[in-house]
Amino acid sequence: MGKTAVAKKKKPLSVPRKKSVWKRLIQDYQLYLLVLPAVIWYIIFCYVPMYGLQIAFKDYSGALGIQASPWVGLKHFQSFFRSAYAWTVIKNTVVLALYSMLASFPIPIILSLMLNELKSQRYKKIVQTTVYAPHFISVVVLVGMLNLFFGPNGMINNLRELLGYEAVNYITSSTAFRHLYVWSGVWQGAGWGCIIYLAALSSVDPGLHEAAMIDGASRLQRIWHINVPAILPTATILFIMNAGSLLSVGFEKTYLMKNDLNANNAYVIALYIYDRGLIKTDFSFSAAVGLMNNVINFGLVMLVNWISKKMSDTSLF
Amino acid sequence: MAVIKESKGDRVFNAINITVVTLFFLIVLYPLYFVVICSFSNPNAVAAGEVWFWPKQITLDAYKTVFKNDDILMGYRNTIFYTVVGTIVNLFFTLTAAYALSKKNFMGRNVIMFLIVFTMYFSGGMIPTYLTVRDLGLLNTWWAMILPAGISTYNLIIARTFFQNGVPAEVEEAARIDGCSTIQTFAKIVLPLSKALLGVLTLYYAVAHWNSYFSALIYLASAREKIPLALVLREILILNTMNSAGGASIDEELAVYYANLANLLKYALIIVSSAPLLIVYPFLQKYFDKGVMLGSVKG
Repeated sequence: MGKTAVAKKKKPLSVPRKKSVWKRLIQDYQLYLLVLPAVIWYIIFCYVPMYGLQIAFKDYSGALGIQASPWVGLKHFQSFFRSAYAWTVIKNTVVLALYSMLASFPIPIILSLMLNELKSQRYKKIVQTTVYAPHFISVVVLVGMLNLFFGPNGMINNLRELLGYEAVNYITSSTAFRHLYVWSGVWQGAGWGCIIYLAALSSVDPGLHEAAMIDGASRLQRIWHINVPAILPTATILFIMNAGSLLSVGFEKTYLMKNDLNANNAYVIALYIYDRGLIKTDFSFSAAVGLMNNVINFGLVMLVNWISKKMSDTSLF
Repeated sequence: MAVIKESKGDRVFNAINITVVTLFFLIVLYPLYFVVICSFSNPNAVAAGEVWFWPKQITLDAYKTVFKNDDILMGYRNTIFYTVVGTIVNLFFTLTAAYALSKKNFMGRNVIMFLIVFTMYFSGGMIPTYLTVRDLGLLNTWWAMILPAGISTYNLIIARTFFQNGVPAEVEEAARIDGCSTIQTFAKIVLPLSKALLGVLTLYYAVAHWNSYFSALIYLASAREKIPLALVLREILILNTMNSAGGASIDEELAVYYANLANLLKYALIIVSSAPLLIVYPFLQKYFDKGVMLGSVKG
């Protein structure tokens, strides 16, 4: 051990470079053996589908396969934008994503700042354990609970009747859909979202607070000038990652929440891709819609990342 | 720490703070509590909206019905299988690759890392992935639930960051000098030192398998005997396919009871399907902060 340390001190950079590429490959062959299963997995389940994206520009037929199907250019993209559904699904997706983000991005920040101010560590622990729990509930159970609570004979309607109001079926209401979707998401995710901010807050130097107190700073001033800047980089990173999801409202929850009566607000791009692709087996068309969706999301992440780099030096890449 | 006497402003702040936190705490807690008390109550009392703060006329009828249902038992068995086998496969793929990619002397690791992280931001999407799985002949097989979900890139990054910082380089070097190969060092020295990482990864992967329904929906469309609990839950909780549990009854009072029971067993089903995770997770909570922090380091 001592020997290698001395050698490293003498020539820190030149030691590995002297060996030829071939020698290094042989010497480290076990590393390549270790990474091989994952590389094969990424090729098969990530890069082969990316290669398969070319069917967006082809008329895919099962008999010919991906390679041999004829090229048709932008036909599928054009027919998407001419279709009656295009603007409905785009509008629904963007509205739902923006509403979700506006509600679910700031709440964990506020909540973690407040949790951090709790004097009783025991109470803080109890609250944390409870508010993390919904994160582990499956989306099927979550939507099942929504149906039970907000359905015709549910808890909310029982409460309305107690207070003398008429029962309302929120589950089939297209105006209620967005609120149910977003706020059930906040209920499930806000607690879990705090963890990362609480960890950032726990690394704040207590000396800063002491110094600020001696200078006469109030509690709110200390939070604003010490704690908020401490979590700002984390918040920026999460914001960039969220920005990429502007056009990617998940399939799983909307699929479960959608019904014939709320469809005019609940029908999002992912559901349209599923219906056209897997139900009507219109593979090329839905691959084209998916590709467009992916490219826009990717572009948004890059854009927000670039802006953030310019403005605050915090960035993903 | 210098103890400064609490000012009036401080006391007001604390009072408001505790009130708001408690309000949020109750908003999260009450729906969970409500499901629990309903599942133990008389179906008629729940239907009439009489259950609010504690169970009424405690009965286990809902649970008895749940455990008599063949679909639910089948789903439960399948989900346990997918969770156990799937998580083992996940851990194998993730840990081996993460360890190799954490080594600085690995030539080409930056290229591989870039190609891996790239998949987080760009993917083939639903249809090309489905076609790939179909062309591999995985549709309607057990593997369809395990292989396509083989690696989560996010978890891979967590593991790699852990191996880079969490295991002292001296320990590995000592093992090398004692004659361990790379793979031996990884299996015998590094893994036993990585319990926190194993805890976090097992939890994340197991939860994902336990809750997954999307893969089953598209890949197991005609293999009903293989569907996981989540799809059975969807049928009962959301599509309302559960018939009244007692069959047709002539007695009108009994018929109403069974109709209400069919609705009530949903509460019991929610408990039965979520219980394993909710019971395990407080014990793993100490690892959460670490896991989330590791993942937040830039890739």
